[in-house]
Amino acid sequence: MSAAAASVELQSDKPRGVWRGRIFVAFLLLSLAIGFVTLGTLVIQVLLRGIAYVDPVLLTNPPSSDPNIAGARPAILATLYLGVMLIAFTVPIGVGTAIYLEEYANRDRWFNRLLELNIQNLAAVPSIVYGILGLAFLVRGLGLGRVLLAGALILTLLVLPTVIIASREAIRAVPPSIREGAYALGATKWQVTWRQVLPAAIPGIATGSILAVARAIGETAPLILIGALTFISFNPTVLGPFTALPVQIYNWTRLPNPEFKNLAAAAIILLLVIILMLNAGAIYLRNRYQKKW
Amino acid sequence: MATGAESLTLAPPRTRWGEVVIHGLLGLCAMVSVATTVGIVVALFLPAFEFFQQVGVIDYITGTEWAPLFLQKSFGVVPLIVGTLVVTFWACLVAIPCGLGAAIFLSEYAGVRTRKTLKPALETLAGIPTVVFGYFALTFVTPLLRDIGIQVDIFNALSAGLVMGVMIIPTVASISEDAMSAVPSDLRQGAYALGSSKLQVSTRIVVPAAVSGIVAAFVLGISRGIGETMIALLAAGQQPGLTFDPKQAVETMAAFIAATGAGDVPTGSVEYKTIFAVGATLFVMTLIVNAVSIRLVRKYREVYE
Repeated sequence: MSAAAASVELQSDKPRGVWRGRIFVAFLLLSLAIGFVTLGTLVIQVLLRGIAYVDPVLLTNPPSSDPNIAGARPAILATLYLGVMLIAFTVPIGVGTAIYLEEYANRDRWFNRLLELNIQNLAAVPSIVYGILGLAFLVRGLGLGRVLLAGALILTLLVLPTVIIASREAIRAVPPSIREGAYALGATKWQVTWRQVLPAAIPGIATGSILAVARAIGETAPLILIGALTFISFNPTVLGPFTALPVQIYNWTRLPNPEFKNLAAAAIILLLVIILMLNAGAIYLRNRYQKKW
Repeated sequence: MATGAESLTLAPPRTRWGEVVIHGLLGLCAMVSVATTVGIVVALFLPAFEFFQQVGVIDYITGTEWAPLFLQKSFGVVPLIVGTLVVTFWACLVAIPCGLGAAIFLSEYAGVRTRKTLKPALETLAGIPTVVFGYFALTFVTPLLRDIGIQVDIFNALSAGLVMGVMIIPTVASISEDAMSAVPSDLRQGAYALGSSKLQVSTRIVVPAAVSGIVAAFVLGISRGIGETMIALLAAGQQPGLTFDPKQAVETMAAFIAATGAGDVPTGSVEYKTIFAVGATLFVMTLIVNAVSIRLVRKYREVYE
């Protein structure tokens, strides 16, 4: 009797629950899809508008007030220079900080705890604030002027927290037994770090650094603030004025002439290709060299 | 014997100067981030302090008209703050439900292989430069809104907010998903054993258990929205009118800073110092939001072994 009653209850309850579950899954899929649909629409729209403008003129000509002969050569070159300088600046400082925090620093000291908290907070500071820092100290304070080097330095500070956090994770993933083995053979702390820990952590560090550079190359706001929004018709130099690819995109987008919006789309295609290549490289490195201990 | 024992005792190790130098150099690297923080605070607050000697703090915080470049200058920051909040509100309306939904799907419903493909794909979305999103909002979303009958201005808070929301989805989804994956599976299995459906396990067990991480994800998303520059600059406009109507143009704090910093305001003038005053306001706002996030995480954190 009681068993029958229970089964009746279950049956009457079931369809409602099933439908609820299905509606819920549909909602979840929808919320996941919104991101991808937007991404797809964005890429298609940019390709439709810009692909016809991706040509030698765009790659080799300087910008111009005539959209037919306007190109982005100075901006493309500046973005490539920025990428190289970023790697050169962020990797040593970022990895150095990560080594200090993971291998050398005494966690119980208030100073080192403050350092960790500080890095977390810096990662959440809006990029425009870094631009203000650059404007106040590098451009005006140090008198560096509105130059490419100032842009590289400010982007370095911007992505440093990301590189530090990624490098720390990579270093932490190296098992302690490797360090202990090296110590047992009489290695000093630096020998252990340099010859055992770092080689094992390089794939993780490289992946994190490349992703950070990919992010920095697309940054616009801090560069605008330190004066990259200018008309440059010559090739950039490290200590000269510059404009970068994202800034060039912004500049073209805000012009009323629709042809410039198409040029902006073409420049977006270039920027996205550079960023996608960097991302693909990072993912390849991660999959190819990542070790499971 | 005795001499032999003596030679076995370890002498105090001699100082290896190379090691000391390296330790110092590494510490110096770490000091760069400290210097950055100090630099940001000094760069923002010294000029902001000078600004507030010329413009009263009360006038600044309560003033409802922002016109620093007009002949009849006015420095009320309220329109900029309202503009920022309106854009951020619409961004959150998209990012919070979608991010949470995506996270629940990835953590509870997707198989290992699906998750391994979808998560990096979602992170690609996070890698798109914001200027590209701004372009998309201005040249696609605004015309689209007009086509479906929403009479928005060329520059409007709505399309900027919606696109910004999509930009923030990966942030919210990724951190929420980490929090949900960290919930021990015993809890889920216990609920299943009591006859719960997958829906009930997800919404009544996993989400409440991971709530501290989820809230942290929301707050981080909000703080990204507040600080985002390019989407607002391109799509929301540069008119600091005091309005809550998302169909109209607004100016956010970050957009004002970028627009003014790009222009030719003379160094040392009061217009120039507005960059720093508004920057300091923005910095303090994101700092408060982050502090709230840390508090909430501590308060609601469930500790599992």
